[in-house]
Amino acid sequence: MRTKELFRLLVNGELREVAAYPSRTLLEVLREDLGLPGTKHGCEVGECGTCTVLLDGQPALSCLLLPAELEGQHITTIEGMAQGPELDPLQAAFADLGAAQCGYCIPGILLVAKSLLAEHPHPSRAQIEEALGGNLCRCTGYLKIFEAIERAANEEPQHVR
Amino acid sequence: MSDEKLNVIGKPLRKVDAAAKVTGRTIFADDLVLPQMLYAKILRSTRPYARIVSINTTDAETMDGVKAILLGKELPITFGILPVSQDEHTLAIDTVRYVGEPVVAVAAVDEETAEDAVRRIHIEYEDLRPVMSITDGVHPTDIPIQGYAEQGNIHKTISFEFGDTRSALDDADLVLDDTFFYQGNTHLPMEQHAAVASYQPDGKLVLWSATQTPHYVHRALARVLEMDASRIQVIACPNGGGFGGKSDPFSHEIAVAKLSMKIGRPVKIALTREEVFYCHRGRHPVLMHSRLGLSKDGTIKGLHFNTILDGGAYGSYGVASTYYTGALQTTTYHIPAYKFEGARVFTNKPPCGPKRGHGTPQPRFGLEIQIDKAAELLDVDPADLRLKNLVQHDSLTANWLTIRTIGLRKCIEKVVEASGWKSKYRKLPYGRGIGLACGCYLTGAGLPIYWNNMPQSGVQIKLDRSGLVTIFCGSTDIGQGSDSILAYIVGEILGVDPLRIRVVTADTDLTPVDLGSYSSRVTLMTGNAAVQAAERAREYLTDAVAAELKIPKERIVAAGGRMFDSQDPGHAVDFAKAVQLAEAKFGTIGTVGSYKPPQSAAKYKGGGVGPSPTYSFSAAVIELEVDPDTGILRLEKVWIAHDIGRALNPMLVIGQVEGSVYMGLGEALMEEQEFRLGVHKTPSMLDYKSPTSMDMCPIETLLVEEPDPMGPFGAKEVGQGPLLPMPPAVCNAVYDAVGVRIDEIPVTPEKILRALKAKSQGKDGRYGPKSFPAIEYRDPVFILPPWEGGDGRASSQPEYTRKGL
Repeated sequence: MRTKELFRLLVNGELREVAAYPSRTLLEVLREDLGLPGTKHGCEVGECGTCTVLLDGQPALSCLLLPAELEGQHITTIEGMAQGPELDPLQAAFADLGAAQCGYCIPGILLVAKSLLAEHPHPSRAQIEEALGGNLCRCTGYLKIFEAIERAANEEPQHVR
Repeated sequence: MSDEKLNVIGKPLRKVDAAAKVTGRTIFADDLVLPQMLYAKILRSTRPYARIVSINTTDAETMDGVKAILLGKELPITFGILPVSQDEHTLAIDTVRYVGEPVVAVAAVDEETAEDAVRRIHIEYEDLRPVMSITDGVHPTDIPIQGYAEQGNIHKTISFEFGDTRSALDDADLVLDDTFFYQGNTHLPMEQHAAVASYQPDGKLVLWSATQTPHYVHRALARVLEMDASRIQVIACPNGGGFGGKSDPFSHEIAVAKLSMKIGRPVKIALTREEVFYCHRGRHPVLMHSRLGLSKDGTIKGLHFNTILDGGAYGSYGVASTYYTGALQTTTYHIPAYKFEGARVFTNKPPCGPKRGHGTPQPRFGLEIQIDKAAELLDVDPADLRLKNLVQHDSLTANWLTIRTIGLRKCIEKVVEASGWKSKYRKLPYGRGIGLACGCYLTGAGLPIYWNNMPQSGVQIKLDRSGLVTIFCGSTDIGQGSDSILAYIVGEILGVDPLRIRVVTADTDLTPVDLGSYSSRVTLMTGNAAVQAAERAREYLTDAVAAELKIPKERIVAAGGRMFDSQDPGHAVDFAKAVQLAEAKFGTIGTVGSYKPPQSAAKYKGGGVGPSPTYSFSAAVIELEVDPDTGILRLEKVWIAHDIGRALNPMLVIGQVEGSVYMGLGEALMEEQEFRLGVHKTPSMLDYKSPTSMDMCPIETLLVEEPDPMGPFGAKEVGQGPLLPMPPAVCNAVYDAVGVRIDEIPVTPEKILRALKAKSQGKDGRYGPKSFPAIEYRDPVFILPPWEGGDGRASSQPEYTRKGL
C-alpha cells in the first residue's frame, strides 16, 4: 500500500501544500493534484519538451522531476505567465501570428521562449532554433513560432522575474 | 462579392481560440476531471500474432482500488470506420494480431492502481507465425490474419482500366518503368489520445474524446454497446493535433464507455506515447510499379500504375486508402489512358489508415520522380514538361474526376521564378541540387463514409437580443482553425466581429452533424453550410431593419457591427438593435444551413473514392546540399506555391502550408516505422525521429488565389495538399545534386552513399526497390474516358483488351 507525502511547492509565486505519492512526477502533481492542467504531456519520459516548466527561470521537464527535490525553488507554469488578465508579450505575439495551431506544445514552448528572452533579449534565429531544439511541435513547422518570438523580442523588453 | 467589400475574409485575424491556446486554458480530453472519476488502463498484446489460450485476472480482481475488469467477450460486436471492414473488437477475444492490440481493460481509483492491476493479469498465448512485410503478405497462407480477406492475406484488390493503356504504352516513344517504395510513418500528434466516459443514472452515456470524428465514434458506440444512439452524447475536445491519427473509433473509447456503464462512475483513460504508436492508423508503406509513356515531344500518352499497401492487422480506412493510391494520379497532368491496379495486404502490425494526404503522397511520389526522369531522358526542363501536360480548367480526367479551377500553372510559374530555377537546374556545383514537384488534393471527399443522402455538414445560428451570435456545428477543431473559419464566415456575412462570435462545435447532442475533420473537407463543407445559415439570418435582419429605417432592403449593408443604409451610412442601427427588431417582427431568430457535395461524374463501382467538390494544387522547389562523402543532406530552402482558391485567413493558410511542408520533409528525410521480430522498433518520440526546430529550413510560401465557385468565398483546401510535393522534390533535388536516384523514402545518408557507391562502380546509381511481387489482381473494370465517348459508367470489355489474350 502506497502512502502519500506532504510537499510544499512554490508555484507561480504561491506556496502550495500538496499530498501526493512520492513517485508522482511534478507533471502529475501540477496537473492532477494542484489543478494546473495548462502543463501538457507528450511522452512523459523526457523526450518531447511539451511538459516544460521553469525552475528558477530555467526550462525543466516536469515529467522527469519529483516534487521532493523541488522545495524552495520557484516553479513557473503557463498559468503563471500572463500578468493577470494581460497576456505576456510572447503570448500576444503567438496569438497574433498564428503560432499556436493545436496549441498543445505551446505552453512548454512559451516558457522556453520566456527563459530565452530573459537571457538574450534579442536572440538570433539560430539562438531561437537551438533553444527550442528539445520542444517538438507537429503542427507549425516551427517557423511561425520563431517569428512570434522575434516579434515579442522586438516589441517589449523582457523582464527577468 | 468583390474583394473591396470584404471586412473579415482575407484578413490575418487571430483565431477565436488563440487566447485560450497561449494561456494553457484550452481543455483537452485529458484535462477533464469529473467528480468520482476512475482511471482506466489497457493491457495490450505482447505478441504479433497469437491465439489467446487463457486470461487470468484473479490477482488483479482482488486488489484494493480495482473497480472493474473488462474482457473482450463482454463486447462481442465488431466495429470499424468503414462499413466494409467492421473487423475490430474493443478487446481481443481469441486472437491477437499485432503487438499493442488491446486485450483487457481495468478501471481503478487512480492511474497507479490501474497500472499495477494490469501488470497482475496473466495471458497465455499460443504463437502463430507473424506476417511482417508486403512480400510475405502476398503469399498464400493457411491462417489468414483476417478471415474476410479476398485471398490469403490480400485484403482487397482493385483494377481499373480507363482507355487502352497497353496500346498507349506500346505506341509511346518513351516508356519509363520504375519501382518505388514509400515507407510507412505515423502522425505523432503531440497530444496522446485520451477519453472520459460518464454513464449517468438516467441511462445516458456521455463520452469526451480526443477524436477528429465524433459522429463516427457516436455510431460505433451505439453499435458495439447496443444502445440507442439518441442516448449517447459524444463530445470531441479540441484535439492536440490529429493529422488523421484520431479519425477512427478506437478501442479505448469504447472500453471506458463500457467500464463506466459497469461501474456507474465516470472513467478516464489517457494513453501513453507507446500506446499511441500502437493505435497508429498512419501512412501505409506502399510498394509501387509505374510505367509512364510519353511521345518524343513530351506529351504523356498513358500510365499503368500498380500499388501494394502494407495495411497492418485491421481494415481501418484501408480500402479507401487503396483506392486513393490510384485516384489522384490523373488530376495534375492529362493522362489519356490510365490503368490502375492496387492491393492491400494484412500484416501483423498496428493498422495503417489515413495520414495527411491519405493514400495520395505515395503514388504522387512515384509520379513526380518519374516525370523528372522523363524530362532528363527527353532533355527538357521538368517544369516545362509539367506545364506542357497540365490538366485544363473545367475538365474531366480519365477516371471521371471533375476538375474545376486549377491554379497549377501559376503555382509552377511562381516557384520557378522565386527559386531562380532556370539558372540553377542542372547548373549548380556538384553537391548542391534543386528539385521540383507538384501535388493535388481533395477539398473534401465527395461521398460520406457510410451511404446516406443527408447533408455532410450542418450549421445552426442563434441570434441573441444582446447582439451575440452563436454558431453550432459538429465540426472538430484539431488545430487547423475550423472553429475560427466558421466565425470568420458568419462574421463577414452578418457584419460582426468574428472574435465576439460564440462557436459551439463537436457535440452530438448540441450541434448538427458534420462528418469530421478529415479529407480536407471542413472549410469547404462547414463553410458553405455557414454561408447558407448566415445569409438566412441576414435576411431576417435586413427585412426588419429596412422597415425600421424605411428604406428598401437592397440598400441595407451589414458591417462593422452595424446595419446601415448604403447610400447614407450614418442612417443605421447597431447589430443588437437589428436582432431586437427582427425578433420583434419574426419571433426568436435561429437559422440553419447545410451542405452536400455535388454528384460525381464517376458512376462506376469504386468511383466513389476520388471525387471532390474541387481540388487544391501545389508546386514546390527544394534546394539542398548533399555531402558526397557522408551522404548527409542539408536543406537550403523550400519555395512552395499553393492554389488555395481564396485564403479566408492568409495567416492560417500559410501556417497550414508550413506545417504540411514540415511534415512532408519529415517523411522524406527521417520518419519511418519499422519492425523487428514483430515488434515496433521505435515506439517513442526519441527513437522515432521527427524534425526539430534545428532541422527546419526557410520556407517561402506563395499563394495563388483564383476563387473557386464551389468553395465558401472561393476557398479550397490547404491542410494536406502542400505535403505532397515534398518527398519527390527532395529526391529530384538529390539527383540534381549528386546524380543518384533515391526511389524510396526516407532518404537517409546510408541510401545516398549506397547509390553513390554503386554509381562509382559503374552500376546503376540508384537506391530503391528492385522488384514488384507478382500478384493476382481482380479482373479489371473497364471505363471509357470522357474523350472516348464514355458516360462515367463501367463498359463491357473493350475489343482492344482481347488482343493477344
